[in-house]
Amino acid sequence: MNSAFALSSTTFLYGLAMVCYAGAFAFKKKMPATAGFYVLAIGLVLNTAGIGLRWVESYQMGIGRAPFSNMYESLIFFSWTMTALYLYVEIKYKEQGFGVFVSPLIFLAIAYASFDPSMSAKINPLIPALKSNWLIAHVVTCFLGYAGFALAFGLSLTYYVKPGQPDQNSIFSRLPDGEVIDELTYQMVVFGFLFLTIGIITGAVWANSAWGKYWSWDPKETWSLITWFVYAIFLHLRLMRGWHGRNLALVSITGFMAVLFTYFGVNFLLSGLHSYA
Amino acid sequence: MKNKDGISRQIWVFFCSVKLTVYILVLLAVTSIIGTVVLQNGSPQQYVNLYGEGIYNLIQVFDLDDMYHAWWFLLLLLVLCINITVCSVERLSLLWKTIFPGRVRFNVNRYLKSKSSQTIDTTSSVKPLLEPCESWLAKQAGPVIRQTDGQTTYLYAEKGRWTRLGVFVVHASVLLLLAGALIGAVFGFKANVRIDEGTQTGRVFESKTREPITLDFIIRCNEFDVSFYENGAPEEFRSNLTIIEGGQESLTTDIRVNHPLRYKGINIFQSSYGTAAPDTVTMQMVDNQSGAEILRDIRIGETIDLPDGAGQFTLQGFLPHFEFREHDLGETFFGLVTLAGETGFQIGMPIQFPTFDKMRKGRFTFVVTDFEKRYYTGLQVTKDPGVWYVYAGFILMILGCWVTFFMSHQSFLLTLSPRETGGTRVVLSGKSSRNSRSMTLKLKQMATRLENQLNKGE
Repeated sequence: MNSAFALSSTTFLYGLAMVCYAGAFAFKKKMPATAGFYVLAIGLVLNTAGIGLRWVESYQMGIGRAPFSNMYESLIFFSWTMTALYLYVEIKYKEQGFGVFVSPLIFLAIAYASFDPSMSAKINPLIPALKSNWLIAHVVTCFLGYAGFALAFGLSLTYYVKPGQPDQNSIFSRLPDGEVIDELTYQMVVFGFLFLTIGIITGAVWANSAWGKYWSWDPKETWSLITWFVYAIFLHLRLMRGWHGRNLALVSITGFMAVLFTYFGVNFLLSGLHSYA
Repeated sequence: MKNKDGISRQIWVFFCSVKLTVYILVLLAVTSIIGTVVLQNGSPQQYVNLYGEGIYNLIQVFDLDDMYHAWWFLLLLLVLCINITVCSVERLSLLWKTIFPGRVRFNVNRYLKSKSSQTIDTTSSVKPLLEPCESWLAKQAGPVIRQTDGQTTYLYAEKGRWTRLGVFVVHASVLLLLAGALIGAVFGFKANVRIDEGTQTGRVFESKTREPITLDFIIRCNEFDVSFYENGAPEEFRSNLTIIEGGQESLTTDIRVNHPLRYKGINIFQSSYGTAAPDTVTMQMVDNQSGAEILRDIRIGETIDLPDGAGQFTLQGFLPHFEFREHDLGETFFGLVTLAGETGFQIGMPIQFPTFDKMRKGRFTFVVTDFEKRYYTGLQVTKDPGVWYVYAGFILMILGCWVTFFMSHQSFLLTLSPRETGGTRVVLSGKSSRNSRSMTLKLKQMATRLENQLNKGE
């Protein structure tokens, strides 16, 4: 098995999981969602194997580097962090209803990496600025943060589409109830916020060792700070002003838009230090 | 006096509000976008070309060309700092007694109503249960306070009271970060310098203003190396530097990207490189009238005579990048041609385009055919005495966030009361300063463990 095979199988499995969760939602059945859970879990194993193999293959090519340094690799890893976090939440909180909103995000990330022709899956050597032990710490923490926000986004969407009191026959009846979604959204934002904070900090320490400046208002840096502000607002609104429900869900959705712009928009529309990723 | 009190109180209340915090954060987030969209630190010409005269005036009025140092952006940060400080002082003074109580007390009624309470019924009477319950609770949470109202006994314990301080640590860390940034901006600098291989300098140039800064030591570049991957991308830049202080060589070391040299508060980073002007080049001069070709070595700055007393040629200098009609022609030498009886004119000789001077169609054509390639190393030289405050702020922020979000002040109450049918009813209730949902889960797990423990004892 090589990394390409493992990762294309992962793409397929994540797509299948998405179909399972969608089926569970549409037909108000538990069984397909449970199947979706196991498919996701197998996908995660292959996803992990794919990342590991890519790491090994880079050593075999004499390049030897962690597979976290371009858009393709970061998307693969983003799928990984989202899946790992989602599976953890489903196990811990015994809620599978919102998988229908999260599994498409997982699938889209890896499908984008696999199918966009402009996305290079080639293992290229690292430019000098990326050769640092901070690379792993920075990328892992940032994408754990992004995964937290992605799940919070999925939950907020769930909150948004779900009527307050769905009747027994409605397709919304199997979604977790509002209070649970609200609490889980908060938990995911907290998780994301902590890791985004650590991600920004590791990036700053790294920048200080590469360029002598821990902060230079580079567009990616600035947008990560904007994202951080939005989630800081979320936390203050909830903890200090007692916001819950739809309005807070809107803030979480805004936050995820900021995440997406930080991740994709900055690369495509603005130039800066992160143009390689 | 009374009136003044009123105003200062109002100002205090204004800065106390979390609404203000939210507004300031929204403003910071929205305005930060401007700096990522509008070109920063460009030249006036660039702005006029990009946005036109009118919008350029607007950009200047609001300092949008240096957004993050604009007075109004710094004012927003200042208001945020005051807001954080006032909020924290206010809340801390309210919470002080809660966080540092002289004597821990508890109000039984606040626990009895709790829906998440867990009940265990046992057949044993109250008395023999007291000891095991107390030691179990002490193990779960800490020192146990025992209270009794004759029939019912209450056992109380708590942990993590200090975790309520976490949020203040986070806020203090923000202030520390901004203080560190301020210290760096006032007492530090960020400069650049180019040093040709084999030469040295003690002067660097401030990145924005280009003002020279004299260091306390001299940096010599002994050697510069660049290696490339097969695909042509650079693999590594490396400069071998010697620090000379008071006439003595005090240190010789290699620096690479991500591996800077830190010397007496000054940081030296590898940032760029390029081709330095060589000492001597080999030149070919063709006389287009006679067809004669002359090949000779010439130093930069040297003047030589052209054949037949036709005039003189001076090799003036070298540019690593020569902009010609908006094209970069790359490494280029410059010379001054002075034909007899005429005023001199300047010619360019790009290495990559040997026929460039031929296109001038003069009597003589000049080409640089060979030169000894030398590099210069581009260094970034910075001093930032605020960086340790910033790093301390980083650590406090992570610790503070962790404590605030994942730890809580938890208190537990066990009530042991005799049942009418004999035996004892043990009720476990608890409160947490955060996340009541996981507290319910925790109480369930604790109750199961307690029940097992009590059953074992029987």
